[in-house]
Amino acid sequence: MYVYDEHDRQIAEERVAQFRDQTERALSGELSEEEFLPLRLQNGLYVQRLAPMLRICVPYGMLRSDQLRRLARITRDYDKGYAHFTTRTNIQLNWPNLEDVPDILAELAEVEMHANQTSGNCIRNTTTDQFSGVQADEIADPRPYCEIIRQWSTFHPEFAFLPRKFKVAVNASEQTDRAAIQVHDIGLQLVRNEQGELGFRVHVGGGLGRTPVVGPVIREFLPELDLLTYLEAVLRVYNRYGRRDNKYKARIKILVKALTPEGFAEKVEAEWAHIRNSPTRLTPESIKKFQGYFSEPAYDNLADATDVLGKQRFENREFDKWLSQNVSAHKKSGYACVTLTLKKTGTPPGDVTDYQLEQIAELADQFSFGEARATHEQNVVLADVRQDQLFELWQRIVPLGFGTANLNTLTDIICCPGGDFCALANAKSIPVAEAIQRRFDNLDYLYDLGPIDLNISGCMNACGHHHVGTIGVLGVDKKGEEFYQVSLGGDSHHNATIGKILGPSFARDQMPDVIAKLIDVYVDKRTEEETFLDTYRRIGLQPFKERVYA
Amino acid sequence: MPDVIAANGTVRNDSWVLVARPAEGDSLDIPADQPALIPADLWLAGYEHFAGREDIGVWFDSHNEPELLAGKVDQLPLIAVNFPRFVDGRGYSIARLLRERFGYTGELRAVGDVLLDQLQFMKRCGFDSYVLRADKDSSKAAQCLNFFSQGYQAATDTDQPLFRRRAS
Repeated sequence: MYVYDEHDRQIAEERVAQFRDQTERALSGELSEEEFLPLRLQNGLYVQRLAPMLRICVPYGMLRSDQLRRLARITRDYDKGYAHFTTRTNIQLNWPNLEDVPDILAELAEVEMHANQTSGNCIRNTTTDQFSGVQADEIADPRPYCEIIRQWSTFHPEFAFLPRKFKVAVNASEQTDRAAIQVHDIGLQLVRNEQGELGFRVHVGGGLGRTPVVGPVIREFLPELDLLTYLEAVLRVYNRYGRRDNKYKARIKILVKALTPEGFAEKVEAEWAHIRNSPTRLTPESIKKFQGYFSEPAYDNLADATDVLGKQRFENREFDKWLSQNVSAHKKSGYACVTLTLKKTGTPPGDVTDYQLEQIAELADQFSFGEARATHEQNVVLADVRQDQLFELWQRIVPLGFGTANLNTLTDIICCPGGDFCALANAKSIPVAEAIQRRFDNLDYLYDLGPIDLNISGCMNACGHHHVGTIGVLGVDKKGEEFYQVSLGGDSHHNATIGKILGPSFARDQMPDVIAKLIDVYVDKRTEEETFLDTYRRIGLQPFKERVYA
Repeated sequence: MPDVIAANGTVRNDSWVLVARPAEGDSLDIPADQPALIPADLWLAGYEHFAGREDIGVWFDSHNEPELLAGKVDQLPLIAVNFPRFVDGRGYSIARLLRERFGYTGELRAVGDVLLDQLQFMKRCGFDSYVLRADKDSSKAAQCLNFFSQGYQAATDTDQPLFRRRAS
């Protein structure tokens, strides 16, 4: 994992001092609310429905145990003893005091953390696959490139006041896409060309929100050394020509659409031609240096623990379910990747208490080389667990509430904080998630239904990624009342698809029944091999519509 | 006369005036006894008359294209870039292009909705003088220009990004 050197530390400390000064000027009235707004947003600080909300950056989801412990302490000392994992792998505090934020930042800086650019019209936290570096089929570890992008984008002087927010994601496997790169402003797919050289396929102009779009490819192969100069060219074209007259048309996707992807690509290439050989071009040595931070931990030489696990599974059916559902393959024999699910019914998806954060730190230290990873599905991964320790780990996590064996099922819901917390929301989302989780509480039934992404957003801004849920739920306001619009067939993976709206929206108490009817259609119509998405793609929207509105 | 802040935070005065774009059909109203900044496209239209003059500079609005003056920037004693609203970030790109692409080496001034907390970014993008919005306190500029001792990325102030400085 990346470790700060003296440069990073100095920049982090200077940032804390700067934000302290800005906060003091805001509190004294020297800075108007309008002037302070972008400054606090670029530091992750929102003023929310009930209190300020502070979004702490977790670069590409990676967390060390000392950072988890510090986060736990911060939630205790400055907040109400809990925090929330977001759909951009960040962590939110819901109840900090504005005047305490500089002190919180100072505490974060001590453990190499910050809240830079987690909000505002700037380049946000770069995200990637939670199984980076431990999956067998990745083309290269994406995390060094994420860190390279993090550093390049941090306080970039030219791009601090973009037309709108800007999100970059990197994916490393050609088989899977857990980073949803095609619905990002820039999506980077690691690829090798015919000569075997490493580079990126570049998607630009994807996104969710009000106008969901799957991002078109604007360059099939970008050599890795050219990563930053090309990003700089894309951002410069966007900064100069993106719309600033209407915030709903200000994302880069609107510009790409207006110019056409080909026209946009030409503009980028023309800009890039001027700067591609500037010193911002990466060097093989610098990439190697970043890669060095993400080298393999000291794995033991182990064989797969097939016999031991087989016996444990046979003796304990709950463990067997968990192992099948929440544990995935690791590139090293004898190891496995474990997802701690934060989706226990009755707890808002992604919420953790200070105690749970500390326990994750303990588990990371004991079982996974002191590291954990946040996922955009709002779970936490221990990526390097010895197979012969899985049973012990499972026994530890069940009482902590991390053992719900529902990963990737209907109740592993992605859900934004919604109207319970967020000032932007049109409707609550957490109670909808909970009602659905209560309705579908039989794990064997969930397994039979197979993988289903149920994503809930409380408004158009789509923090809950509803457009790319197999089943998407969007909170809408109808004459002051909360209603929910349902969409089907969304997909955030390699076949990225925006879901189609089913029809008129529903009241909150109807939602579990609506979901149940959709599930019934799938169960009736599926062939043996089909997932929900396969069946939907074969039979279309109509049969679902007929059943739900019958 | 507004305070003009230099890149090191010192404050001075000068007599440059910014001449607004004349209404359709009107002609430019250039003061006789003061150096003046005029809209870049009008300077170009009167190139024969204006080029090389020490008392005539240009200003760009945020939607103007700096490409307009490619090859001609060395004829100018002062270029200003207007920030109509401080959240409009186009001026940063204009500045970098004027400096890094078109080789402008004279004074580059940020004007308009220029606030203290944007100065650090302006400086890195090549602005070397700043006129704050009238209600802002110029005496705080030095501190706000110098919160950071270094940046991660190359810009106009240094072409060496941190990853290259680290390597050496």
